[in-house]
Amino acid sequence: MLRTALRNVSAHKARLLMTLLAVMLGVAFVSGTLVFTNSLSEALQKQSAKGFDHVDVAVTPQWKEAEGDKVGAYRELTRELVDDSAAVPGAARAIGTVQGFTAIADKDGKLLGDGFQSQGGNYWGTNDPRYPLVSGRAPKGEGEILIDSESAKRAGYQVGDTVRMSVDGPVIEPVVTGIFTTDDGNVAAGGSLTLFDTASAQKLFGKAGTFDEIAVKAKDGVSETELRAQLEKALPSDVVETTTGTRLADDQAEAIASSMSGLKQGLLVFAGISLFVGTFIIANTFTMLVAQRTKELALMRAVGASRRQVTRSVLVEAFVVGAVAAVAGLVAGVGVGVGLRSLMGTLDAPMPDGPLVISPGTIGSAFAVGILVTMLAAWLPGRRAAKIPPVAAMSAVHATATTKSLVLRNTLGALFSAAGVAVVLAATTMEGSDGQAPMGLGAVLLIIGVFILTPLLSRPLIAAAAPVLRVFGVSGKLARQNSVRNPRRTAATASALMIGLTLITGMTVMAGSLQKSIDKMAASAIEADYMVSMANGHPLSPDVEKKLERAGDVTAVSPMRNAHARIDGETEFVTGVNGATIEKLTEFPVVQGSFEVGGSRVVVDEDTATSYGWKAGSAFTIAYEDGEKQKLTVSGVYQANEMMSGIMVDTASLDPHQSEPADMMVMVKTADGTSDAAKESLEKALGTNPAIRVQDKQDLSNEIAKMFTLILNMVYGLLAMAVVVAVLGVINTLAMSVFERSQEIGMLRAIGLDRRGIKRMVRLESLVISLFGGVLGLGLGVFFGWAAGELVGSRMATYELVLPWARMGLFLLLAAVVGVLAALWPARRAARLNVLQAIKAE
Amino acid sequence: MTTAPSPGLRPEGPPADRTTAVAARATELSKIYGQGETQVVALDRVSVGFRQAEFTAIMGPSGSGKSTLMHCVAGLDTFSSGSVRIGETELGSLKDKQLTKLRRDKIGFIFQAFNLLPTLSALENITLPMDIAGRKPDKEWLDTVIRMVGLSDRLSHRPSQLSGGQQQRVAVARALASRPDIIFGDEPTGNLDSRSGAEVLGFLRNSVRELGQTVVMVTHDPVAAAYADRVIFLADGRIVDEVYGPTADSVLDRMKQFDAKGRTS
Repeated sequence: MLRTALRNVSAHKARLLMTLLAVMLGVAFVSGTLVFTNSLSEALQKQSAKGFDHVDVAVTPQWKEAEGDKVGAYRELTRELVDDSAAVPGAARAIGTVQGFTAIADKDGKLLGDGFQSQGGNYWGTNDPRYPLVSGRAPKGEGEILIDSESAKRAGYQVGDTVRMSVDGPVIEPVVTGIFTTDDGNVAAGGSLTLFDTASAQKLFGKAGTFDEIAVKAKDGVSETELRAQLEKALPSDVVETTTGTRLADDQAEAIASSMSGLKQGLLVFAGISLFVGTFIIANTFTMLVAQRTKELALMRAVGASRRQVTRSVLVEAFVVGAVAAVAGLVAGVGVGVGLRSLMGTLDAPMPDGPLVISPGTIGSAFAVGILVTMLAAWLPGRRAAKIPPVAAMSAVHATATTKSLVLRNTLGALFSAAGVAVVLAATTMEGSDGQAPMGLGAVLLIIGVFILTPLLSRPLIAAAAPVLRVFGVSGKLARQNSVRNPRRTAATASALMIGLTLITGMTVMAGSLQKSIDKMAASAIEADYMVSMANGHPLSPDVEKKLERAGDVTAVSPMRNAHARIDGETEFVTGVNGATIEKLTEFPVVQGSFEVGGSRVVVDEDTATSYGWKAGSAFTIAYEDGEKQKLTVSGVYQANEMMSGIMVDTASLDPHQSEPADMMVMVKTADGTSDAAKESLEKALGTNPAIRVQDKQDLSNEIAKMFTLILNMVYGLLAMAVVVAVLGVINTLAMSVFERSQEIGMLRAIGLDRRGIKRMVRLESLVISLFGGVLGLGLGVFFGWAAGELVGSRMATYELVLPWARMGLFLLLAAVVGVLAALWPARRAARLNVLQAIKAE
Repeated sequence: MTTAPSPGLRPEGPPADRTTAVAARATELSKIYGQGETQVVALDRVSVGFRQAEFTAIMGPSGSGKSTLMHCVAGLDTFSSGSVRIGETELGSLKDKQLTKLRRDKIGFIFQAFNLLPTLSALENITLPMDIAGRKPDKEWLDTVIRMVGLSDRLSHRPSQLSGGQQQRVAVARALASRPDIIFGDEPTGNLDSRSGAEVLGFLRNSVRELGQTVVMVTHDPVAAAYADRVIFLADGRIVDEVYGPTADSVLDRMKQFDAKGRTS
């Protein structure tokens, strides 16, 4: 039996080609993902391990939990503690480190590197062993800095140059006194690192006199654990925590691995979708191969092969196909991994260098996935093969797919679909995250249900296309009839395309609706002309607010200042706003009382009011960060949105109690509204700071749109693979149909249908199948998009369904293009068929 | 090996009352496969004419070239040298597209099997050549043909709902429906039982007698050949004999002689 199975594989090479390709693509996706993420993760881990070379034991401050009226806070690492650490017998040296966000501009005034990776730190003393100087000398005072050699090279800075930069708002223009090298992971990943002297760093990062961490290096011969024990003894245990360098590196490695696994899982989900789509092709191919071999298989049964042997022979074939596809996929996957890395490199996201990691796990997964998926998909056709009675060997009838048991199938499909729709609808009435799981379940049920029902749906839907097809005469008529001839096969082919299009459409509908509603929300509550914020989302210095107040033409300014406080023994975040101007800058619907902020009068949003049982006029006591208390009165309750919510307190009341006031955003209203001149004058007032963004509502909308477009494009790119696999499926089905109907095609040619007519017939069949899948996908996609929107929308007042008609038209066009492209080769083959051989063949 | 007919087997010649107009003619027709050593001559300078309103059967052992001759004359196959005319049209110079059009408009076909499209009803199968040409069928003629083959009550059936004989009758009707200049049959009764075969052959003969159709049929069955007006015998790519007004016995007799000659030579 093994020999016959192997012979069959080699005899049907051409017909197995599409199956092989489909499995190969899926495996390539999986192994490419694994190769890429493993390589990246290993490179990052090596990188970060190097970063801990200077630390044998790290001393960090303890977190003091919030208690009573006191908010939680870190203990302070003082200079004394650094000296104490250095004085421990096993310590060679102790360095106090301070870190913070530091944006540097390149020579054109643009932000250097990715905002999130722009770090600043302190240079310890006159010779910091962590950062060997390439040129220049250590910085002194706020006017001098060091920059890393990579960034210096990229921006073209040299010792003596003046650099525009910003830490949390105001622009400063220090001189570069030196350039250093570092193996810091951030820098290796394309970020920048700027160093100040210790005192300046502490001041700029708002941590005057304190450190983030003390890095202690052991003397030769002293182990990390010994040093750690000495430090534990010497330092107050209620203030500090100690961790060995090895542990830090391990923790970091773990963190990298876990952040990588998110990326990996995300990519694997899409790989899984491609593979799932691929199973339809595999099942189709094996079903056809079994049908064609009915006589042969029956003969084997007649001469004594058991049912199990027949099934096994089909599965052995699947195994061979899967194994070959796995090898090819693995090779292609390594290529994908390399490609992804260089793609990221060109997308301004430099990757750390490192060897390509092809782990045994990757190889194992490639084979497991390739072989299992193929065998699983071939299992049903294999069972069907076993059911062929031996007597079929004697009958002269050419076996065609039976149309039995569609009743059972339709019943099952209807049940699944109904259950799916019911669960999805039920989920839409739930609150936010409660509905997510049922909605996912309902979606899966509905997709399975529709998939089971596709053979039934194919008839009416394709019949609906008849009037259009009639235009194409005989070719159109035959194409329509051919496409419903084997409903199961047509269904499986169309379903493959349906899945891709369902996801694409669903995502598009949801993203479009969300974008619109966020957009509307931003527009509805904001009256300000401009919003000023940090490019990377970091907080702004209160200095920015003051500078904006002084700018010309500005009529109202208010910050959105972050603070946390204690109310009734709970930590609560409050927003500091300028009570005098906030009403001009925002327009929140007021549910109760009036929107009035000032002194002890505050406004709260509905949710907060409900949870504390407040109404307009209620009074409560707040304990600020410094422990001081104040009695506040609720003047009004407002309807919050995603951008602003919570308790709004006047900054005048808040500021005295805050050690480090920081603003998320500053809102500005100008005399002339929004204009280029107004924007320019605001930017100028802030010293044309590269790290600060001045945006009007339109900019905000554009930014939201840009974000959604980026996400959508990524999803499109990842789903494209599933569509490619679906195209292979359509090609496969058409090639099968042409092969099976070669006699018919020969007869048609003999009685006078020309090559063009034959080509048109195959193309139209392809188009009908593809559009059928496309229509189903669009329908399901819109439904899921709507349902998911209902779920998310329950938390958003401004949510409304937006149907992207143009996009949907485009998707349908895409399905049509898929159909036309997929038919190219099969149609050509059909037209080239030798008439005589076709009629003679049997 | 000699294949020249012996004097005793000279054909009787066409009956005098037959029209002499020719529907199709092959002249010095040769078909050669391969080259040099491996060269196979399928047709060796065959010249033959098929007169209008005549029913001709082509017979011969396997590999004699009888099917090749029919395929070449019907415009389904290319030939190496010589010429083929259907009516006034010379086939040798035609491109595939023109040949297809010629087959569609001037020729009818009946094959041994897979004659019908399973997705179309009997009537749709009958009118298929006209549908392909985008022509309306001649209603009156269509009725005549359908009545003749006795399919009036089966028109909406699918081929799978018809018996083998009925399917072949649909094929005959399809070949007749477009009023082609000539109908070619490739073993049209090969897959049928003798009763159904007799029916189909009867229709073909009737179409010649009553409707003036021209029919050429390849067969290996002497009984089928007996329905024809004239039988041409082929062996090794040449016409070796010809019989007018054959009977099953006379055809069988001739064939036995070839077999005997073939064995002794």
